[in-house]
Amino acid sequence: MTRPLQKPPKKNPQIRTTAPAPPPTPRSRRAHGFSAAAAEGRFVLQHCSACGAFIYPAREACPTCLSMEIVWREAPPGGQLIAETTIRASTNTYFRERLPWRVGSVRMDCGVTIQAHVHGDVAAQARVRLIARTDASGQGVVMALPEQDSEHMADDRHLRELTCDPKFRRVLITDGRTELGQGMAKAMVDAGASIVFVGIAENWLPFEGRAGLEALAPVQMVALDVTDTVSVTELAGEIGGKVDILINTAEHARPGANLDRTGIATSRDEMETNYFGLLRLVQAFAPAMKARGADGDNRASAWVNILSVYALSNGLAFGAANASHAAALSLAQCLRAELCGSGVKVVNALVGPKDEVWRQLTPPPKVTAGQIATSVTEALRQGIEDLVVGPVAEDVIKRWKQDPSALAREMMHSRDEG
Amino acid sequence: MKAPGRTAARLGYDGVAVAVPVTVPYERHSTESAHWWIARALGTLLREAGLRPVDVDGFCAASFSLFPDTAVGLTQHLGLSPRWLDHIPMGGASGVVALRRAARAVQSGDADIVACVAGDTNHVDSFRRLLSSFSRFAQDASYPYGAGGPNASFALLTDAYMRAYGATREDFGKICVAQRANALAFPHALMKKPLTLDAYMAARPVADPIALFDCVMPCAGAEAFLVTRTDIARDLGLAAVRVLSTIERHNAFPDDPIQLRGGWVLDRDEMWSMAGIAPDRADFLQTYDDYPVICMMQFEDLGFCAKGEAPDFVRANTLQTHGSFPHNTSGGQLSVGQAGAAGGFLGLVEALRQLTGQALGGQVDRAEIGVVSGFGMINYDRGLCSAAAVLAGGAP
Repeated sequence: MTRPLQKPPKKNPQIRTTAPAPPPTPRSRRAHGFSAAAAEGRFVLQHCSACGAFIYPAREACPTCLSMEIVWREAPPGGQLIAETTIRASTNTYFRERLPWRVGSVRMDCGVTIQAHVHGDVAAQARVRLIARTDASGQGVVMALPEQDSEHMADDRHLRELTCDPKFRRVLITDGRTELGQGMAKAMVDAGASIVFVGIAENWLPFEGRAGLEALAPVQMVALDVTDTVSVTELAGEIGGKVDILINTAEHARPGANLDRTGIATSRDEMETNYFGLLRLVQAFAPAMKARGADGDNRASAWVNILSVYALSNGLAFGAANASHAAALSLAQCLRAELCGSGVKVVNALVGPKDEVWRQLTPPPKVTAGQIATSVTEALRQGIEDLVVGPVAEDVIKRWKQDPSALAREMMHSRDEG
Repeated sequence: MKAPGRTAARLGYDGVAVAVPVTVPYERHSTESAHWWIARALGTLLREAGLRPVDVDGFCAASFSLFPDTAVGLTQHLGLSPRWLDHIPMGGASGVVALRRAARAVQSGDADIVACVAGDTNHVDSFRRLLSSFSRFAQDASYPYGAGGPNASFALLTDAYMRAYGATREDFGKICVAQRANALAFPHALMKKPLTLDAYMAARPVADPIALFDCVMPCAGAEAFLVTRTDIARDLGLAAVRVLSTIERHNAFPDDPIQLRGGWVLDRDEMWSMAGIAPDRADFLQTYDDYPVICMMQFEDLGFCAKGEAPDFVRANTLQTHGSFPHNTSGGQLSVGQAGAAGGFLGLVEALRQLTGQALGGQVDRAEIGVVSGFGMINYDRGLCSAAAVLAGGAP
């Protein structure tokens, strides 16, 4: 049984920090379909539309009937561990640092054999369920878990390489003045974070919820204004080396499209926070996090962006602000590529319209701060990179995946969305 | 429904002579290229056969480390103008496959003299580079899981085999210890320290249940042989071997959840009937031995014992050159070293020496019939290529 994780000791600066190294990275073009689903926490396999066979590893044609009609599809995750080994020698520098490493062959109920990482609580020859997650190289991998949850199973050494569990980690929440920032701080405290740094801009101005934050023992309020380069840089100088998870809750969005505004002042404010704010945080905090992606039990593990789902396809109601979200999403994709191989995941939460004062005219359903905090916390625990929060966001994503161009056309005629 | 075809009996290998076993002594690491090793093997082959490059009208090459070249580039590199050319990318099966293709070329008159060469270099980082890009399925679905390479792949097969048939590490150890004893007499073997069962059992674990002495040592080296007509061999004064039968199969039993058997099972009856003998008539067996579990699989799947009985077969026999079941008489890859694709030629070249009375190490007494088996290419979770040949000594 997995031994519960102990609180990591204070870092000894005289001991070498394990340097991040990527696990094997090259994949075939076809296999990226698996990785894309794994980033969402979905276990998919290719499935032949002609003969119904599941297919693994990724192919260009069905090996049973040679049909080219093969599509990625949710697959039954059950199987049996039919062979296993504990690898004690490896040619890859990522695994060499982490040996011994347990892997096995799993015969799936759906008829394929899959080699997988194997959780420590799986008994020899046992029934297992497979999950798909991205590894430190950003590629989809399979892990076999015990069929039934075991106590402390999240603390398994192999599994923690794929997840970003806040337990015993130090978290920076970039804006604590909002309901979202405060909800996120509480969720991180509840999830066992050892320190929750909460950024407060213009500290002399009172804000609602201050007392609630002060009442949470692991919370440390810090001066942070993401629109101010000096402020961001100074904070990074103070705590940058001990931020294991960064959650960017800062957002500035006002209603309206281009023709609702005169001049660019409001749009510039949105860009200052939503795009340049992110860029400032990236430049100040990401280098240290990237260097600490393999730094023991509380290694740096996640960079969380909370973005409007309308970053994918512009919605008119907040049409101007959505442009800054689209810019931020593109920047996040760039950051994901830059952090690839370090062990730090870029987690993008695409959320539907938030239930907040500036959204007074947006019709329900809207997403509460609590819902976002809960979803992000669960994604961190599970090691999921791409998550969608709220029914509206789920609806938009579904349509976007079906046909992004058709969605863009439809969006032109929907004045409520955005 | 009966599969189309396969009604006519296969043509025998009458008139085919296999001769001139060549081994370029192996080195653990080499700064030379694969081309260098292949050139040296080909040069030795022609010198020993009394031939000039212009006499060779058929050429067959096997190598992992030739990139970006293939057999085509080698013709210009080595100054050959063959009218028949083949490149065999089948790893451990490449020796037997090269033999059977060259034999058909010679029989049909597409070529008269075919030089078959396998060689690989081993730079200090060759092995790591080869593993990380071995196949698309390996890249997608096995290498990212611990990057254990073939050690991990065969560890899984060994684990499954032990559970299914009750083989023990001592059984595998007996195979390895016997091969080391054979290697002590073989001048080209890289492993020259005697191996005891105790040392085998106590060795450093590599990928459970596989430990150090279950693994081959990657090295540089080359092997070669000549395939021609019997009359040409006679004119050249070459001691030649006859081909009684051969088989080849790829991706057999794709529905088996894990590999407990190889493609030999599908073809061995035909192999023995074509050869006109039963397994017990063989005087020795050269298996492909990248790991001892595969030797056991070949004992079973070639028909030397029933499925699942190889552990008992190993316990009941002695496997040294002068034992009750002479096996891998040069020491095999486990003790000679694995020179890439040349490992797929090692057993065949050794069989040619044994059957022509030219053994460099221990000589099997009255060796008349020899069996050579090949196995190769863990594309994802199993070896895809299997092949075997029954050879006979004595002038045709």
